[in-house]
Amino acid sequence: MTQPRVSIQTADFDLGAEVAALRAGDPGVGAVAAFVGTVRDRNPAGYQGAAAAGQVSAMELEHYPGMTERSIEAMIDAAMGRFDIRAARVIHRVGLLQPLDQIVLVAVTSAHRGAAFQACEFLMDYLKTQAPFWKKETTPEGAHWVDARVSDDAALQRWGIEAGGNAG
Amino acid sequence: MKIQLRYFASLREALGPGEAMELPGPTTVGAVRDALIARGEPHASVLARGRAVRTALDQVMAAESAPVGEGAELAFFPPVTGG
Repeated sequence: MTQPRVSIQTADFDLGAEVAALRAGDPGVGAVAAFVGTVRDRNPAGYQGAAAAGQVSAMELEHYPGMTERSIEAMIDAAMGRFDIRAARVIHRVGLLQPLDQIVLVAVTSAHRGAAFQACEFLMDYLKTQAPFWKKETTPEGAHWVDARVSDDAALQRWGIEAGGNAG
Repeated sequence: MKIQLRYFASLREALGPGEAMELPGPTTVGAVRDALIARGEPHASVLARGRAVRTALDQVMAAESAPVGEGAELAFFPPVTGG
């Protein structure tokens, strides 16, 4: 496989092109599941500890170069060992993003749909709590770092994995 | 023995991107955190016990009990919020 499994980039991505490349030349693929995360323009009151609903005008994503790629590679290895999947692709954007922008892509191929659906969700749950990314939102009240969510740790735990108390 | 410290996100804003640190000998992640807290402000507040701080040793998530040796890269950061 010449295509990398993990890309951390400032550039946008094309879901169709990525899925086409992921399943290219593999007639054993019978299912593709893909998840795309996008930037919301608004956070509801109470969301991640916010006192009031906030209008988000921009988002800055920081990461830990080296560890980021390495940790996601390890997550894909774990997904490959756990589910009967044929290939996986993760793209995560960093830098300055705006509402409507795409942030993250997880795409998985398998022979049958069950494994693709499960592995896609497993990878997103893992990524949310274990990959070293941090979001800083800009709102009318100023810029602030987004707090981690306890519900994200709980999402990982349903796969039998302890999140390590990420949400603290 | 020398290790490399790295900080990210809100910790980077408070403490800078990181620096080299000289230590008398092999130690643990938690002991390094204690040594940094003992420096006083701003480290004392930012790394205080009870604050949600995560650590990675040589770019792998690590517990406070993990051993730290010569040349280690030790990173401190808040709980992650990607995806």
